Amino acid sequence: MPEDIEQMADLSPAEQERLTQTGLEVEMKNRSGSFFQVDQEIRQVASLEKGIEVLSIRDALQKYDWLEEFSWKLVPKDKDKYTKYVADQPDPRGFVIIARKGSRTVYPLQTCLFLAKTSVQHVHNIIIAEEGAELHLISGCASASYTKTGSHIGVSEFYVGKGARITSTMIHNWGEEISVFPRSATKIEENGVFLSNYVCMQPVRKIQMSPFADLAGKNSVARFSSIVVCTPGSFMDLGSVARLSSEGATAELLTRAITTGGTIISRGMIEGTTGHTRGHIECKGLILRDGTIHAIPEIKGDVVDTELSHEAAVGKIARDEIEYLMSRGLDEDVATSTIIRGFLDVKIAGLPQSLQNQIDAAIDSAEKSGF
Amino acid sequence: MLEIKDIQVKIGEREVLRDINLHIKEGETHVLMGPNGSGKTTLLRTIMGFAGLEVTSGQILFKGKDVTHMPIHERAKLGMGMLFQRPPTIAGLKLGKLLAVTSGERAGMVSEYTRYLHMDNFMDRAINLGFSGGEIKRSEVLQLMVQQPDFVMLDEPESGVDLENITLIGNAIARLLEKDVHIVNRKKSGLVITHTGYILDYLDADFGHVMCDGVFRCHGNPREILRVIKTSGYKECLACQKI
Repeated sequence: MPEDIEQMADLSPAEQERLTQTGLEVEMKNRSGSFFQVDQEIRQVASLEKGIEVLSIRDALQKYDWLEEFSWKLVPKDKDKYTKYVADQPDPRGFVIIARKGSRTVYPLQTCLFLAKTSVQHVHNIIIAEEGAELHLISGCASASYTKTGSHIGVSEFYVGKGARITSTMIHNWGEEISVFPRSATKIEENGVFLSNYVCMQPVRKIQMSPFADLAGKNSVARFSSIVVCTPGSFMDLGSVARLSSEGATAELLTRAITTGGTIISRGMIEGTTGHTRGHIECKGLILRDGTIHAIPEIKGDVVDTELSHEAAVGKIARDEIEYLMSRGLDEDVATSTIIRGFLDVKIAGLPQSLQNQIDAAIDSAEKSGF
Repeated sequence: MLEIKDIQVKIGEREVLRDINLHIKEGETHVLMGPNGSGKTTLLRTIMGFAGLEVTSGQILFKGKDVTHMPIHERAKLGMGMLFQRPPTIAGLKLGKLLAVTSGERAGMVSEYTRYLHMDNFMDRAINLGFSGGEIKRSEVLQLMVQQPDFVMLDEPESGVDLENITLIGNAIARLLEKDVHIVNRKKSGLVITHTGYILDYLDADFGHVMCDGVFRCHGNPREILRVIKTSGYKECLACQKI
């Protein structure tokens, strides 16, 4: 990786293409800001919209004393060996994004974490949407085409203020020998909305994550959506946890998982600790070639008047669906891929169209390569 | 158009159709009647080539080609089409997306057919998910209009459809079968399963067949057959020794 890479546009066309597949705009068109980190080097920090501040975590902690109240408060430093590793770093990397009270981004803000030659990339991110703010993030995480091994450890803490809204869309494009350990947690205040979308269509050695959301404010909403394809040799342990701790809170955890030979563990946990709350987990898995999908949906109600439900289904494409499309003139392969594309076609309510388009594009790209 | 020569069909070890002979010429519409479970849908599925149905002897010729063991999509490409009585629900696959994939050179006609069948609001909906009986049939007819098969098999097109929709669906099927074209110039052929006969008000069928227990028990004028069945039930057909 040459040292004169200051922005994404300085990367080679091949690397730019890998980032484009994660939904990033290399030319920064239609983006409200950007954070670009290569290995442990922060190359670009930019905010283009009033009311939105983007800083490296080091600069942010120096600039704002109050930020200490937000650092390592949702994700415990000693949660596991990965969080401990990040917490022990004397010179932390990562970003802080602050959407000031009432601010609204027209365009999404993009963050790019690019693994090139370091063995371990670590980041600690804090994202704050103050009261009434609306912030849309797209995070593209990728490794360079020539990077064969490495690990990425990312700690993210999201704070959704009263009546605020954060959408976080993360599209991964790692390599076959890269291991990834995101650790994230979110606190949602009254009438706040948090939408978290995760897409991984490309090979990876191991991903393990289970983001947590505390729906602490009245009528708060959290929705986690994961769309993944697990190739041979990949191991994905994916989950999300929501705690409904205030009246009127609702959470939905949705997964569409396909294995073409890899192993997927799809966890989901919703705990209703307060009345007048609702939660639903939906996990649907397709086994296209011998591999494993292990769905583990959990619901736990602690009080009267919390409504929790789950549904999980794992299997193959129904023969009658394939033959139905064949009777319309599609050959078996096209019929199958048409059904798979439909299976993955999740429309996320409340997500800006531009970000939905990025998710669709990532899936389209996988469809073209035959999943 | 379609010639079935003495086919026997098994599902697993069980013989479900036997001694089936049928000849449908270009421009003709035939009607297939019979009690529930008599093998009517099985015959249509056999002609279309669905899995699980084994043709153990005999031949299916379509436009002069032996299609007895041809894959489903190749039969469709040759010009066969089918309206399903109970089509599957395909979660996530939008009706509009399917029409886009199947329309090919008729892409420009999709919006006209969609409007004609009042399906404009269904393009972004998953196929058959939450559709009413009438909506399912309108979706099926729409897919066939986009496909424009030369030979159309219709499995109970009127079942589950209200009176208002049956007029719409009946007229659309008549259009599919070129009933507005003079019989001399009509190219499209059809095979229709019906229990009620309501659809015959729109189709002006040429021949009728009665199937019981996997064999044909009667061939003749469709209106006449329907009248007998309505009056005396299928026991008359079972007692009949004409064939």
